Amino acid sequence: MDVRLSSEQLALRDSVAQVVDRLGPHTVRDLDDTERAAKFDAAVAAAGWRELRVPVEGRVPLASGVEAAVVAEELGRGLADTPFLGPTLAADLRRLAGAPPAGTAETVAFSRSLLAAAVVDGGVPPGTVAVDARGATCALVLVPVVGGHALAEVALGLVAVGTDLTRPGAAIDPAAVATPLDSPGSRPLADDDLSAWTALGLALDCADLVGTMRGAVGLAVGYASDRRQFDRPIGSFQAVQHLLADAHVVMDGSRSAARHAAWAVDALSPGDALAAAAAAKAYCARAARTVCETTIQVHGGTGNTWECLAHVFLRRALLSTDVLGGEGANLDRVLAHHGIGGGRGLR
Amino acid sequence: MGSAVAVDFADAPDEREFRLRLRAWLDEHNPGLPASSTDDEYWAGQAAWHQSLFDSGFFGVTWPTDIGGQDLASVYDVIVDEELAGAGAPARPSLGYLVEGILEHADDDVQARFLPGIVNGRDRWCQGFSEPDAGSDLAALRTRADRDGDEYVVTGHKVWTSYSDDAEWCLVLARTDHEVARHKGISAFALPMRQPGVEQRPLPMINGITKEFGEVLFDGARVPAANMIGRPGEGWPLAMTIVSHEREPHELGFAGRYAKQVKDLVAGVCADPGRFGAEQVRDLAWAIVESEMLRLHVCRRLSDRLDGIVHGPEGSVDKLLMTWTEQAVGHAALSIGGARATGSDDTLMKVYLYSRAQSVMGGTSQIQRNLVASRILHLPAS
Repeated sequence: MDVRLSSEQLALRDSVAQVVDRLGPHTVRDLDDTERAAKFDAAVAAAGWRELRVPVEGRVPLASGVEAAVVAEELGRGLADTPFLGPTLAADLRRLAGAPPAGTAETVAFSRSLLAAAVVDGGVPPGTVAVDARGATCALVLVPVVGGHALAEVALGLVAVGTDLTRPGAAIDPAAVATPLDSPGSRPLADDDLSAWTALGLALDCADLVGTMRGAVGLAVGYASDRRQFDRPIGSFQAVQHLLADAHVVMDGSRSAARHAAWAVDALSPGDALAAAAAAKAYCARAARTVCETTIQVHGGTGNTWECLAHVFLRRALLSTDVLGGEGANLDRVLAHHGIGGGRGLR
Repeated sequence: MGSAVAVDFADAPDEREFRLRLRAWLDEHNPGLPASSTDDEYWAGQAAWHQSLFDSGFFGVTWPTDIGGQDLASVYDVIVDEELAGAGAPARPSLGYLVEGILEHADDDVQARFLPGIVNGRDRWCQGFSEPDAGSDLAALRTRADRDGDEYVVTGHKVWTSYSDDAEWCLVLARTDHEVARHKGISAFALPMRQPGVEQRPLPMINGITKEFGEVLFDGARVPAANMIGRPGEGWPLAMTIVSHEREPHELGFAGRYAKQVKDLVAGVCADPGRFGAEQVRDLAWAIVESEMLRLHVCRRLSDRLDGIVHGPEGSVDKLLMTWTEQAVGHAALSIGGARATGSDDTLMKVYLYSRAQSVMGGTSQIQRNLVASRILHLPAS
């Protein structure tokens, strides 16, 4: 056992951090700076980070879940307003199905609850939504076939801003047509494939949540050190210190669980990888909401204004929580793995 | 920094061999004691379990060979904890903090005289730190040790002293210099407990066990000057070394203890699922999630040490994670066992009640938060 990141993985983390720090948003106003956002998007595209799960040979991806998680964590920390989760999950679905990589920018459509990838059997169910859809022209959906599910594409309309100001989603028109992927070498996705894919998605959510927590704790600690009341920095008051200490501690515990989930994606069987990811996701989701709420609280009145970044962290955490389920759904997955409950049919 | 190979939570071949050897041994040698925190029978069997583990090469494996260890990497302690939990065996005896403190501060003579007996389990030890008026404010301690020829004479009152009923030796902190600043006048001794000047009284805990906790009164107890651990006045740094290790779940083997309790709770629910409602099962799910997080957190911490990072203020982070895990397990035990339990069926209630001690022992959660705020987050001094 040695769970340290390798030198290459640390170098990858540093290069993502550099791009995020140079071109990512640093204020709420920056989110409206389309010129900056375009440069940021181009830099991320050029780095090839969205292609980490594209197969290099057979079904072997270019990089493991750990590398993908390293990227996701830094993007979360920097509130990156450029797609990663969506295209990465789309590429992994194509890899598992033996379909060729997408020719255009693509993401994945989810069911209304965001608990699972959208299944289209006939018409598109109402409420189907493409996540992390900025710049994408289409989204993958699942179509039931003999032996599992096949992949199909639906075209996307306008991208609408949702809860997460940095990763807008796109509603899918119920009249949209799901066009099966025309790829001779592909095969149906079995339940195991979807478990492995869900494990990756949860692991990326966890990594993004850890990054979001790091960013939020950093923002709050900086503010508490500067903001003065009663002639002292508010960070010198024990009541504030203990809130921030608790936030740091749950962030650090989340980091350990998230790293294991990222490793498990390619190292364990699909069922075990899913259980590892579900346990990590339940922990990280609960932690992240607490941490982001603490960041708002420590900022006081300012924290409740639109121009403070605190709510941007919270909003990002809430979307990461919903994608593939938050506490409840993932505790059910954990219990099902231990033979308790039916898991409500969750993969 | 950074390892040559990528993140790997799986065993290396040598680690696998060790794990399988331990697993096979446990098939034969599991003493089948009740849960540690709930039963005096467990504590009564603790010395024999410690010696049995040590004699078969499964205790103290990460310590130096000259004190009975095997010089193995810290990950081997994780393997021991996982396998003990998996087999439902009692956890590893938790005394690593004493060993680390003595290794770091004592001279060669004291190390050679005392460490092998601690490690092999032949000598039982307790730790005389807290006093009625010196809990979180440990430097306020008033127990005194006065030089008398080749000996010191110790007078004072220690309290909340774990294992004091069973111990042959007490690592006692006492004031030897009353003229200097209070942190600087404290020395540490290895004091023999079986002598006329020492009186031990059990302190029953809130869950009713009587064999773990106690108070110790020293009334002219004598200790050879050669039993001083470190130099005169080095008691405070020694105590800080010890409590910092006492915060670490891997030093204590507690991750394994929680995993065993969770395993028992899961088995109980699986045996009769219809008896349990959604809220009870949800509390159990959190206990599973938290104890698994703690296991992985220990893996991460120990891996980071392969970079040569020595333990520091992050011990307070680990102590809080360990505390919240134990208390989540406690809440699951309460939820599933319930306060309605009576008589011989109150084990889960005892697990719950015992879990309240974890946010106090080895430094309260409030002290740990102060340390995280000042030493990790570098918030302004209060």
